[in-house]
Amino acid sequence: MNETLLDIRGLKTHFHTFGGLVKAVDGVSFDVKRGEVVGLVGESGGGKSVIGFSILRLIDPPGRIEAGEIVFDGEDLIRKTEDELRAVRGGEIAMVFQDPMTSLNPVYTIGRQMDEMLKLHTDLDEPARRARCIRMLEDVGISEAESRLDAYPHQFSGGMRQRVVIAIALLAGSRLIIADEPTTALDVTVQSQILKLMRRQISERGAAMILVTHDLAVVSEMADRVVVLYCGKVVERGRTEDVIAHPAHPYTRGLLDSIPRITDRQHRLRQIPGTVPDIRKLGKGCSFRERCFRAQPLCAEQAPKLAPVRHSLDAACHFPLEESEA
Amino acid sequence: MNRLLSSEFLYNYRRNLPAIFGSALLVIFGLMALVGPLLVSQNPYDVSQLELMDSFKPPAWLEGGDSRYLLGTDGQGRDVLALIVYGARISAFIGLTAMAFSCVIGTTLGLLSGYYSGTLDSIIMRIADIQLSFPSMLIALFLMSAFGTGIVMVLIALTAVGWVVYARTVRGSTLSEIQKEYIQAARVAGLGNFQIIIRHVLPNVMTPLIVVSTIQVGTFILIEASLSFLGVGVPITEPSLGLLVKEGFDVLFSGIWWTSAFPGLFIMFLVFGINLFGDFLRDELNPRLR
Repeated sequence: MNETLLDIRGLKTHFHTFGGLVKAVDGVSFDVKRGEVVGLVGESGGGKSVIGFSILRLIDPPGRIEAGEIVFDGEDLIRKTEDELRAVRGGEIAMVFQDPMTSLNPVYTIGRQMDEMLKLHTDLDEPARRARCIRMLEDVGISEAESRLDAYPHQFSGGMRQRVVIAIALLAGSRLIIADEPTTALDVTVQSQILKLMRRQISERGAAMILVTHDLAVVSEMADRVVVLYCGKVVERGRTEDVIAHPAHPYTRGLLDSIPRITDRQHRLRQIPGTVPDIRKLGKGCSFRERCFRAQPLCAEQAPKLAPVRHSLDAACHFPLEESEA
Repeated sequence: MNRLLSSEFLYNYRRNLPAIFGSALLVIFGLMALVGPLLVSQNPYDVSQLELMDSFKPPAWLEGGDSRYLLGTDGQGRDVLALIVYGARISAFIGLTAMAFSCVIGTTLGLLSGYYSGTLDSIIMRIADIQLSFPSMLIALFLMSAFGTGIVMVLIALTAVGWVVYARTVRGSTLSEIQKEYIQAARVAGLGNFQIIIRHVLPNVMTPLIVVSTIQVGTFILIEASLSFLGVGVPITEPSLGLLVKEGFDVLFSGIWWTSAFPGLFIMFLVFGINLFGDFLRDELNPRLR
């Protein structure tokens, strides 16, 4: 169970734009074990989604994967040819997108879109494919699955569509699901249903998941481990309960403080001062220093390296928070 | 197509008088071109059926008219109605074929242009821009005078003029479609670029294509008529409506107006009908105008 499924080492994905070099992902390392959910957390523009697309090698120019290894089940995806990758995409690794309103093709029935996936990645014959599609729709909680196969996406509500998208992702028996903000576009009431569904389906199938989100509440509900990203770098990673309860990096602390709590309504919500800096103009030193309440002169001089702080927890900070402080 | 035939489409159609009028014109002209030759009294291109004695007969309701020739005859005793029926077939054939050719070529280039962007896109779109800066008549005239006349040449000239509209329309729609996540999803599912373009992008850019195609048929019929009128279009052995107008024009000032007026009116109503119906389709299929 603890075997490593995906191991990303020193991944660098850079965008060579007119305005300068954007290091969207700058030396990111983390791993995903079989059957595990890993949350990728950070603000917008933090490079979360780019990591997802880098794993599938779907980075379009001007973007380029500059360095690093993406070892999936013992094989480096960076070294694979385009043909080999197409078997991986959708087969071994599937993806769930943010907006279920646009992630299904409006001109095809959902049955046809599901069938396309199975045609590409399995050798099943037509009746077997249909049976599998029906079973999968039932698994994701869609009633009257058989008649629903012939419905078009616009006949479904947002939550139902996201269920279909999840069904498509699970259909070919992928071992890793990359979910890019899967519940952001949904109603809050539907969100938790969908999250529970994904959690259950994934553990039933023994698949692993990378959950990309900006929502720490979602992460705390779903993920076994968390990777916190800031300006393309991992600033903290560790077991979810450790990170949520006692974060070592001031940025994670800030993210946690900015979640509203019903219990202390008299307090103003604390927020992280400032905004994400222009990623093209990061100097040496820590990219978070200008927004950090613990910044020292050293922070401007030298970029902190990711190092173990305690238990399972690694953080990239010169002055990490002690367990008692956090 | 299911959405096209949905009841809302029919509901709006029944309440749109111009659309009904336009499509009625098209149906009448369509039937005329299809089965007309069975209904008219003569085949105007079969010399043995012509009576030279009957030349320049005025329309049947005028003094000196002949009930056999409803719209009168021309200088060789050919029935003007029969000429129109046969000419309409040629015009419709040219309009539809040129539409099909330019649709295929323009759509292909537009899809490639929008999907791959970059250098290929720049090259295709600059050619389109250059071409759009000349009147299409001028380009067609130039091609016809440079490379000769005949139906095939007319088709080539019209295609060369018409692909631009398709390419630009399709490129625009493609650019907005490929932003949507279902295209990303298709890539993530492991589909190749070719499959994505054919199976996912193309069906989603079809709607504007239908609209453009309707209007283009009308435009092509007009351009062809103009070319033939100027004498660089179809040959005399396969006269289109435009050529009939030109033939009649020679005797127009001798008081024999019917040989050019009726084909001219026919062109007008044909294109009018196409445009009315095309406008209805545009309003109906464009979600932004709803």
